[in-house]
Order: sequence, then C-alpha cells, then structure tokens
Amino acid sequence: MKASNGAWRERLLGRMPEHVAREVDIYETEIELRKQGKIEEKLFAETRLRRGVYGQRYDNGQRWDGEKTQQLGFPSATLTKGPSTVWDAPGMQRIKIPFGGLTTLQLEVLAELAEEYSDGIAHVTTRQDFQLHFVHIEDTPTLMRRLAAVGITTREACGNTVRNVTACPYAGVCRDEAFDVTPYARACAYFLLGHPDTQDFGRKFKVAFSGCEQHACGLVNLHDMGAVAVKRLENGKERRGFAFYVGGGLGAVPHSAKLFSEFLPEEELLPTAQAISRVFARMGEKKNRNRARLKFLVSDLGIEEFRRIVLEERAQLAPDPAWTDYLKKVDAVTETPLKLLAPLNSHSVPEGFERWLQTNVARQRQAGYAVATIALPLGDITSDQLRSLAGIARRHVNDTIRTTVEQNIVLRWVREADLQQLYLELKEIGLAEPGAGTIVDIVACPGTDTCKLGIASSRGLAAELRTRLAERNHELEQAVQNLHIKISGCFNSCGQHHISDLGFYGVSRHVGGHTVPHFQLVLGGQWAQNAGSYGLAICAIPAKRVPETVQRLTDRYLKDRERAESFQSFVKRIGKAEIKRMLEDLMRVPPHNEDPSFYSDWGDPREFTIGDMGVGECAGEVVSRVAFELAAAEREVFEAQVSLERGEYQQAGEKAYQAMLQAARAVVRMQYYDVPGEAETIVREFKARFYETQLFFDPFAGGKFGQFLFRAHERAAVSFTQESAHQRIEEAQLFVEAAYSCEARVSAAGSLPKASPPALQSRS
Amino acid sequence: MDLQQLNLKFFVEDPSGVDLALLPVIFNRWIKEKVAEELLIDVADYRHVFHGPGVVLIGHECNFSMDCGGGRLGLLYNRKSKMSGNDEERLQKVFKATLTACRRLELDPLWKDGLTFQGDEFQLIINDRLLAPNTDETLQKLQPTLLPFLARFYKGANLVVNRDENEKQRFSMAVRSDTTFSVEELLANLS
Repeated sequence: MKASNGAWRERLLGRMPEHVAREVDIYETEIELRKQGKIEEKLFAETRLRRGVYGQRYDNGQRWDGEKTQQLGFPSATLTKGPSTVWDAPGMQRIKIPFGGLTTLQLEVLAELAEEYSDGIAHVTTRQDFQLHFVHIEDTPTLMRRLAAVGITTREACGNTVRNVTACPYAGVCRDEAFDVTPYARACAYFLLGHPDTQDFGRKFKVAFSGCEQHACGLVNLHDMGAVAVKRLENGKERRGFAFYVGGGLGAVPHSAKLFSEFLPEEELLPTAQAISRVFARMGEKKNRNRARLKFLVSDLGIEEFRRIVLEERAQLAPDPAWTDYLKKVDAVTETPLKLLAPLNSHSVPEGFERWLQTNVARQRQAGYAVATIALPLGDITSDQLRSLAGIARRHVNDTIRTTVEQNIVLRWVREADLQQLYLELKEIGLAEPGAGTIVDIVACPGTDTCKLGIASSRGLAAELRTRLAERNHELEQAVQNLHIKISGCFNSCGQHHISDLGFYGVSRHVGGHTVPHFQLVLGGQWAQNAGSYGLAICAIPAKRVPETVQRLTDRYLKDRERAESFQSFVKRIGKAEIKRMLEDLMRVPPHNEDPSFYSDWGDPREFTIGDMGVGECAGEVVSRVAFELAAAEREVFEAQVSLERGEYQQAGEKAYQAMLQAARAVVRMQYYDVPGEAETIVREFKARFYETQLFFDPFAGGKFGQFLFRAHERAAVSFTQESAHQRIEEAQLFVEAAYSCEARVSAAGSLPKASPPALQSRS
Repeated sequence: MDLQQLNLKFFVEDPSGVDLALLPVIFNRWIKEKVAEELLIDVADYRHVFHGPGVVLIGHECNFSMDCGGGRLGLLYNRKSKMSGNDEERLQKVFKATLTACRRLELDPLWKDGLTFQGDEFQLIINDRLLAPNTDETLQKLQPTLLPFLARFYKGANLVVNRDENEKQRFSMAVRSDTTFSVEELLANLS
C-alpha cells in the first residue's frame, strides 16, 4: 500500500537478527502467494494472526448505515485474507511488549508507525500490548521490520499461541514484592516465543507474573499460567521460587486459576512451562474451540491429575541450557536511575500537582525515587504525545518505561525531587491527568469501535462515564474514587469486567421491533489479590442509562456503607435482590417514538444493530410470549445468583439449569408453539430445530452457547460446589443472552413462529 | 520527486464555536450518502485525546479528520493509497479533495453558528519518512513542483513558507498567504 515499502526492506537490512528478517520475508512472500491465490484463505488467516495481524469490524465488506446494510466497495473485492475477510479492509496490528517494558527509542518508533500506517493513535491493551488500528495488510511487513529494528516483535501476538507475557509494572521497584519478576518474565516470554512445543495449541495461552499475592498488578488468577514470587528458607539459605498457578481465564465463563505448586523453584520455571505447553498441545481440545483453553483441560482432568501428567512430562524432557542460563544474570541490577538523588526543591507547587501526586505517583522501594503513572484515556495516546513522552523520559529516567494492564504507561525511577518538573512537562502534552487507578481510569476493550465481536460500544460508554466522573472527581469521596470500572463490548471479557467493582459487558435487547444496546451490570468482582474473585451479572441496563446506574450505585454505597466497608462487601451485605430492585426503573426502555436516543449507542449516532439486522417484523402475540418467557429465564438466572450469594450452591446450580431450559423452551416455541415442558423434550426439540440447523448459532461463537445447555442437561443431577454453581450461572446467563439474540435474528428474518408438530420425535 | 502519502490541513477560523460531537453524525452521513469519490468506511472518535486526531472518517484511499493536532482545529486529509499521475496532478488531487471536504463541512446545516475554514493558511505533510526525510533537501526537491502550483492556487499572492525543522517529525511545512481566500475561491482557483 505504501510507496516506500520496498525501500524500507533495503534500508533495514542488517538492522535486525537474521532469523527475524527471514521470518518477515517469508510472511511477505505469503502475502504475495495469497494474492495469487496460491495459499488457501484459512491457512493465510492463521499465518497472519500468528504475526499479530488481526481482522477488524466491517472487514466482511458490509456496514450498517443506520437504515440498511451497505456494501463497501473495496478495490480487491474478490480477494480475501481469511474467511469473509476482504483483503483491502483495514485491520489491526497487535504489537507484543513483554512485561510492558519499553525504551524511549521504541516509543518513538511506535509514534512513527501510528502516524504513517494507522490513524495517529497507539492503543495500550489490557495485556500490556500496543495495537494500531486501520492498518492495510500490505503495509504490515514493513511495520514489522521497523519494529524488529528496535527489538520489538509481533510474532504470536494473536492466534493459538503464547500471547504477550505480562508482569506487574512495579516489579523491581515495588515495596511489597518478594523479588523482581522482570528477568523471569522476560526469559519466559522469549523461551516460549516460537518454541516448537508451543506451536500446536487449540487456543491461545496467557502467562502472567506478579511479585506479590496481595496486589492486583499481575492478575495471575485469570491466566492460563501464572507465577507469584515467593522466597523460602532452605537449610538456612534463601531460595527463590514461585507460587505457580494454572488454568485460570476470563472469557465467557471465567475460571479461577488452580494452585499447581506452592513453591516452584526458579530453575523449574521454564521446564515446567515447557511441560505444560506439551501437555496442552497434546491433550487440549482442538476441534471445539469453545472448550479449547487450558482452563477446560485443567477442569476436566482435575488439578491433581493435571499436575501428575505435567510432572511426568517434565521428567521426560531433554535438558535445555536455556532453562537456567538466564538465572546467572537475574541478580545483576537491570535498571538504574538516570539522576542521582537530590534534595526536594522548594519551588511553588504547580496547580493540580498535589492531586496528581496523590493518585499517579507511588514511592519506590528505593528511597528517593518514584513511579509516575501516565493515565491514558481509554488506553489511547497520540503519535505526538508518544514522541514527546520519549523526550521527557530521556530527561528524567533511563529506559525504564512500562505499559500496564490498566492501559496506562509508567515511568520508573523518577527522582522525587523532579516530580514537579515532570508533572509540568507531562501537563504540557496533556498527559498529566490525575486519577490513575481510580474510578475515572476506566478500562475498556475496543468493543464495537473496531472489534468484530463487539455487541455494544464499550469505548463510547467509557468515554461518557469518564467525562461525567472527571467533572465531579474532585468532589467524589475517597471510597468512590477507589472503585474500578471495567467495560467489555461483549461477553468475552477483554475489558476484564469480571474483576472490577463495577463491571459492564455489552448485550442487546429487542424492544418493539428495534434492537437496543444494553450492558449487563456485573458486581462482586475483586481486582486486588491478583484478581481474587469474579463477579456475576445482575441485570441488563439500557446503554444510555448506565451513567445514571453508576451514580445511583455509588450514591447508595456512600449512604449505606458501614465503616470502611469495601464495595464488594457492601454488595454482598445488601444483596443482589435489593440492588436489582433499586435499579428496576432504569432497566426500562422508552418506546422509540418517545425517545429514539435509547436506540443508538454511545458515540455512534446510527440506529443500533447487532449485525445487518433491520427492523424486525414481529408476529405480535406469539413473539411477545417468547419474549416473556425469555425474561422469565433471565429472572431465574438472577434467582440462581441470589441462591449462590446465600451459600445455597445446589439450589443455585439447579436454578441456573432451569433458566436454560426455560430459555430453550422459549426459543423452541418460535417453531413449535405447544412444546411440552419436560426437560428431555425441550432439549431434544431445541437440538433438532435450533442447534443442528445452526439457527441458534452465534455469528462468531458458533454453537458454544447451545453446548452449555446440553452439558448442563447431561449433568443435571450433579452436586454443585460454589465454583461449579458459579460457572453454571455464567453459562446460563450466556445461554439466555444467546436466546435473546436468536429470537432477534429470527424475528428480523421474518421467520414466523409455527405450530408445527414435534420435530424428529423418533430420534433418541 | 515521487509525491505520495500527502497530508493536507486547512484550519478552522473560529474553533471555539465548533461542537465536535456533531462530527460523528456528519461523517456517518457522508458514508451513508457516499458523498466522496473515495471509499468511506468508518468513523473513529478520539475526542477524548489531547490534541489528537479528533474525529476521523476512515476511508480506503484516504482519511478525513477534524484534527486537533498541534492544538489547532482543522480538516486534515490523509492520503494513504498510491496516486497515479505526475507530482503536480497529485497535488491538485489532494488540494481538491481536501477543499471539497472543507466546503462540504462549511455547508452542513448542523452547524448552528456556521463553520468557516481559513483559506490563507495550510499545513502540508509528507507522511512517509523514507520517501521524504525531514530535510532541506526534500524541500528543495519539492519546490519546483510546489511553487508554481501555489502561485496558481493563490493567484500570485505573497507566501511565507516555514518548514518544521524538528528532525523527529515528518516533513511538514506551513504555508501562509498575505491575501485572504475563502474555500470556495480556492476551489475555483484549482479548476
């Protein structure tokens, strides 16, 4: 696409490792071969994904314009870069930043790439990556070469691979850590990158490191593999190791990681990671991608059996010097301050400095130095800001810059005496906003802005909430300021909505023939303790009423909380039933002719859609009954949550199953009006009419949600633990959402309910 | 020289009266009505970012944005795909596309207090550090094509040209004429 692409290759020859240059050359050749039709589109899609080249919304060449679906007339209309993915459609480039570590030179190159190949914005993700959007695929090899020339790779940033290895951004300077996990995270990232044993996974694999148990920075609990630094005295000698966790993950149904080892010695870190990779590649699900994450394998086998298999695998591995070579250097100081200590200056305090100091600066373990957090709105930073930030960093620190999982950037080793000056320099470029880590520092995934899976506008909502909260931030009480808000555009949890005080994920509802953007409110999640617990959805709120919902919840918390009570404890004490009751009026959607604003999303003036759906031609009464039953199913999920809250796990699990049955019956009723109420019949009819015909299939998740019902039905008689009841409720919630979507799709397609005889009753 | 990846920005006369929240509405309408020669794809809203791209209308051949870069609001045309023709024809194409978009914005009924672009000043950027390093040499190479073009464009008015000499920036120059022009007049000068 760019005129200079060929010249860049020549210019950067010899400026990157030979094998990296070769990899990019191969990728460029594959692009050419795909253009000539010599590589099959599915294979090419996986090829580019493994290099971080991702699809983006509307890359199927269609876009809803608010009234109808328009065809986007791309020049290479028949050429694709994957199934239903038009070649010329802009895409996203994900850029891996292991443990978030960056140099000033890398910041400058990222700035250049954002303005030359993207739209002038670099986006920090919840995995400490960078993403550039609206990139043309033919520019991606050049982009990769320019990154490689400064030591950055995009390899295995997407696809069924080991994703960016994340780590606490305070590692090495934190006052509470056992030791600095940085060298271990770096070693793990590069050991697993391109390793032959990590090339045959059924799904992605995420790794995180944390220096301590108590803080949130590493979020170990939600990773496939997580390591928390631990020191142990053995024979009077201090040994380093890790509390080692496996099988965690968010996604549609979150799983908490299980403890694999209380103390995995440091020398066992990489061989164990390799053994786990081999077991995952060999035994992990490959065909059904909805159950292909490691969490399902751990859950199915049980942690004891999983541990046994991994240790057996470990024992058989041929020794590799890379397992321990790096350990010789871990004690060497890897970071140093740019400036020697100096006394605090006595200049007058700049306006706004105190507030910024309070929320954005943390003292380091090393006396006289601090970490300054640059709060990025929605994780976005402009090319000019990145470039200026590199200049500022050069004046104050060495290359001690990191991204964070809260979509921010930190400068480490800032001399405390320089903080005022730093503040003024950051303020000059609009990067001195206070409130890092507070309620205004909202995390949001890309949502409908650019993500193909997005249902509602997570970024639009986040921007609106941020504006409203920032306006009154100075008057918010500390208890409210300390809350976290995280928003995902769909159930897939990229915005990590399960682990925040106030979580939201995008859903839709069908109202009067129109589709209305909503967000499920998720409460009860815990950010601290490495994402200690997961919240559950309480109710769906129309997108336009979410700000009011936040206000009402925080007001109530301030009014009724007991002394120093956390928001999580407050929610638990007053109960979800009471919370739902107090939000009931906000859940209602006014008719379209009364207030059409409810029928478009935040930041997007188009009438809302969840696909290429027009206004449905509902069949009045019958559909109303279906909708009524779906609402009842949703209520039942909520009641299951209340049971869970009361510790009635068996009841909770059973209610969740009943909710799924009720939703399935409502769906079946669209074709078979008098479907009987027996579980066996409902499941059989649902399977024949809506699952096998794929009518129930989500456009992206396929049959995943239908499988939730079948599994729940097969295991209807099991005993529930707290965790399994929690998971069943998550599945029920998603099944009900999928039922709503199915009903909307069928209605919009004009497929009217029929009172047909039972389908395929002869089938077993 | 091989002029590609041109960016051109004309500034808004009175930014204080511009409600950027209207831009997503206007740009979505442009997509819906296919108002431009170029393929228009999507709208990206970056109003939350300080001195950023504002609201961007993403296209295939080019992006249009109501850009806040450098703290000055203006319509930025960002040519992405390769252009055919000679350098002069490419300049003509870029200026025409930019000014046509400016005029379309000026005429939009959504602006309660109107919107006017300053015709007597623009910023020209070559968005490719390899094709056009930010050096005097690039400026010298550009001048034989640019100066006659500008003489016609500004009808012989006196011009002040300033190159941004910050070596970290792309090749960028600000041009100001000593005579006032409206967007409509400039479009007429191009034809």
